[in-house]
Amino acid sequence: MELQHVNVKIFVEGDLSVDPEQFINIFHSWTAEQSCDELLIDVADYRHVPAGPGVVLVGLQADYAMDQAQSRWGLLYNRKAPTEGSNADRFLQAFRAAATACTRLESELPGLKFSRQEFQLFINDRALAPNIPETLASCQADIATFLQSLLGHGNATFAAEPDPRRRFGVLVQTGSNFDLAQFASTA
Amino acid sequence: MKASNGLWKDRLDSQLAAQLAEEIDTFETEIELRQQDKVDEKVFAETRLRRGTYGQRYDNGQRHDGSQSQTLAFEEKYTKGPHTVWDAPGMQRIKIPYGGVNAEQLEAMADLAEEYSDGIVHITTRQDFQLHFIHIEDTPALMRRLAAVGITTREACGNSVRNICGCPFAGVCPDEAFDVTPYAHALTHFLLGHPDAQNFGRKFKPSFSGCAQHACGLAGMHDMGLIAETRDVDGQQKRGFRLVVGGGLGAVPRQAKLFDEFLPPEELLPIAQAIARVFGRHGEKKMRSRARMKFLIEKWGMEKFTEEVRKERATLKEDPRWTDYLAHVDEGSESAKQPPGELPEDAGNDPRYTHWLRTNLREQRQAGYVTVTVALPLGDLTADQTRSLADIVRQFTNDTVRTTVEQNFVIRWVSKADIPALYAALDAAGLSQPGASNILDIVTCPGTDTCKLGISSSRGLTAELRNRLAEKSFQMDQAIQNLHIKVSGCFNSCGQHHVADIGFYGVSRTFQGFKVPHFQVVLGGQWEENGGSYGLPIVAIPSKRVPDALDRITEMYLARREKDERFVAFVKRVGKGPIREVLDDLTSNAPTPEQDPNFYSDWSDPRQYSLGDIGKGECAGEVVTQYEFEMAGAERMVFGAQLQLEGGNPAQAGKDAYEAMLRSAKALVQMQYDDVSNDPEEIVEEFKERFYDTEIFFDPFAGPKFADYFFAIHDRADTPATEDTAHHTIEEAQLFVEAVHSCYNRLRSEPAAT
Repeated sequence: MELQHVNVKIFVEGDLSVDPEQFINIFHSWTAEQSCDELLIDVADYRHVPAGPGVVLVGLQADYAMDQAQSRWGLLYNRKAPTEGSNADRFLQAFRAAATACTRLESELPGLKFSRQEFQLFINDRALAPNIPETLASCQADIATFLQSLLGHGNATFAAEPDPRRRFGVLVQTGSNFDLAQFASTA
Repeated sequence: MKASNGLWKDRLDSQLAAQLAEEIDTFETEIELRQQDKVDEKVFAETRLRRGTYGQRYDNGQRHDGSQSQTLAFEEKYTKGPHTVWDAPGMQRIKIPYGGVNAEQLEAMADLAEEYSDGIVHITTRQDFQLHFIHIEDTPALMRRLAAVGITTREACGNSVRNICGCPFAGVCPDEAFDVTPYAHALTHFLLGHPDAQNFGRKFKPSFSGCAQHACGLAGMHDMGLIAETRDVDGQQKRGFRLVVGGGLGAVPRQAKLFDEFLPPEELLPIAQAIARVFGRHGEKKMRSRARMKFLIEKWGMEKFTEEVRKERATLKEDPRWTDYLAHVDEGSESAKQPPGELPEDAGNDPRYTHWLRTNLREQRQAGYVTVTVALPLGDLTADQTRSLADIVRQFTNDTVRTTVEQNFVIRWVSKADIPALYAALDAAGLSQPGASNILDIVTCPGTDTCKLGISSSRGLTAELRNRLAEKSFQMDQAIQNLHIKVSGCFNSCGQHHVADIGFYGVSRTFQGFKVPHFQVVLGGQWEENGGSYGLPIVAIPSKRVPDALDRITEMYLARREKDERFVAFVKRVGKGPIREVLDDLTSNAPTPEQDPNFYSDWSDPRQYSLGDIGKGECAGEVVTQYEFEMAGAERMVFGAQLQLEGGNPAQAGKDAYEAMLRSAKALVQMQYDDVSNDPEEIVEEFKERFYDTEIFFDPFAGPKFADYFFAIHDRADTPATEDTAHHTIEEAQLFVEAVHSCYNRLRSEPAAT
């Protein structure tokens, strides 16, 4: 099973301690500078929607968002363009892009801190990855490989999204802190 | 872009109705042909528009970052239309006839919003859904998934019959004559893809209302508005429609005019067909700005239009579809899932719940049932909320819900006994916002967020106004709570600002050489009676001061209204002059960019609104001063024309509006030719030669439209204006003044010659 359109959401640690309006300013500056790997096009403000996409930096190959889905703030990387390699490679690419954005945001917004122990990984494509047990069974090994390469150990646990109407994905608990900056720097 | 696009075709094709599947296959082929450059870009543009696949801001590959225009590094390849980059994200409009959807369709929308868009389902002011930031190559898969749940995007945009609107309370409203749903349904399917509806110069928008007094269908502002009526004919109660035609908002709003006082249902479809044929054959094709039906009616007059349609009707070959559906119209479009009930007496002490009970519920004509409005901020809801709404619809109703022209949902057939449980379910989904259809429930178009034509941030302003109003909504006087606010990002009125109590539309002005986003304040419009009257702009306020302007207007209304006086009556009695007076200081005393850079950016957008190189002295200072002086005078004259009209002097109003156009045209001419006289002929001649023939004045999107208004009014300058024509002349004069501002800004933005 080839999984494309990988999404990674790295949660904010604790409550959000900064004004979300600042994400609008930062994402506009990233767009002006074109400072991500993807072509950045626009910033969409959805702060008025409860538990919504928050502030979205719309790109061609991927979107970045300070996302508030399920009432949890986090940096969401949504890969839109297909990428080469194995499933584990694609998981890693999305994670690195998300980690890079997180470290940049932490440096630009003192007080903002992302979790080093928990993140969400999901596939934004119901045809490629319907949220059924068979999907989890077929890509469990890929997820384990990715986590092993990410963390250097096999202690992480992951639980699949239980609602079959929501997209297939897993909530990852790493068990110990990972170094966000390390992944960002190797992006 | 999606790796799964081919999978959906394989998976769904066998499930789709053959015609729908074929249409989508054809569209997919058109995309492939365009990629091979075998279809002209203009033809492809109209093809995709007729499938609802629309352009979006920045799709020309340019984006201004506040200091300079930036070329977005899209791969250079074929285009989606003139100046439209292939890979640039676009918008997908999805037609929802009379706003009727079911739970399965909601779930499909939720999935599509997540997988192809940005996770948001948006409801438009014509009851459609819209998804933004869609890649053109994903649209066939998206359309197949919609078709699988019985939704087509065909003719959602382009020069076609657009979504057929309908009252969302149809069938349950105590004030309706009868349920218009089956008629709207029949007309939708009759006109969809009909050969007589494929050759328009512009769009054709029908709408159904169940009564004359409410605004739920806004029949009066549609090309074809149908208002249900019953009459006693020979001792029998008969159904019919009051048919009005040629209405529309846009830059030049027109109230629809009466075509037939009582059109029998069996004539509904054939008359619609005849209107389509007449409009297709005789409507303007070349000049886009004069191509709506309202202009054909203006050119011909109602008598000739009616005569031509009646003649055309007489020639039509009998079609069984005209009447086949009538045998089923009384079967009832919807029914209750739960038995009728009563609201439990203990409503609890939650003030939010009691507020919601007061504002979001309406009694049905069926005892024991209510409708519940789900008020959406800016017409948006998330994919998760959409799925929750689907669950709620399944739990409490027979699987139906409707979108509204106020960008909300209406859940119908809710047993009163279920109200507390329904509220709890909505609240858990973040969908229990009180204040439906009142001052908090502001209608807004996409504006500069995503629309290519947006001038100011209508959504940004709306979000700001909502935040401020929400803080004090519990304490507001009922008269203030009852106000309707509508916001458009430009004069095209997709936010329907003309029919609000207080409307706003985006314009720009220049202060100290820098552009500043503004909104015109529009007063005098009426929401009730299907959008019974249209307001006029009274003054342009800097965007960041609009909340203050709103406070002042509402405070004045509260202080000076007579007992039970509605806002539209208050404006008429007090007059626009005194209202403008309380706003006047908001238009001046601008801070410098150093003092307050925020003043020079728009809501929710930190970029400097003006171009960085404006005001660096390309023109002599005296010319700038003279221009600003003359334009301020022209704007005063347009407003003066409104006061004349209010005072019952339409002839003078028309004359003043024309003078305002002359003065602003002269201001522009003086940038090149200082010695132009006050002779109207000379002004028009110089303006034409310098700005029209050279196309310098042409709006990037509207082309020569605004100059054409000026020339037309000049040609009939000796004809005294009536109340109707004076109103139109004032509208057109205001638009011409705005166009002069835009032209001036464009000229001032051009780099200095080297």
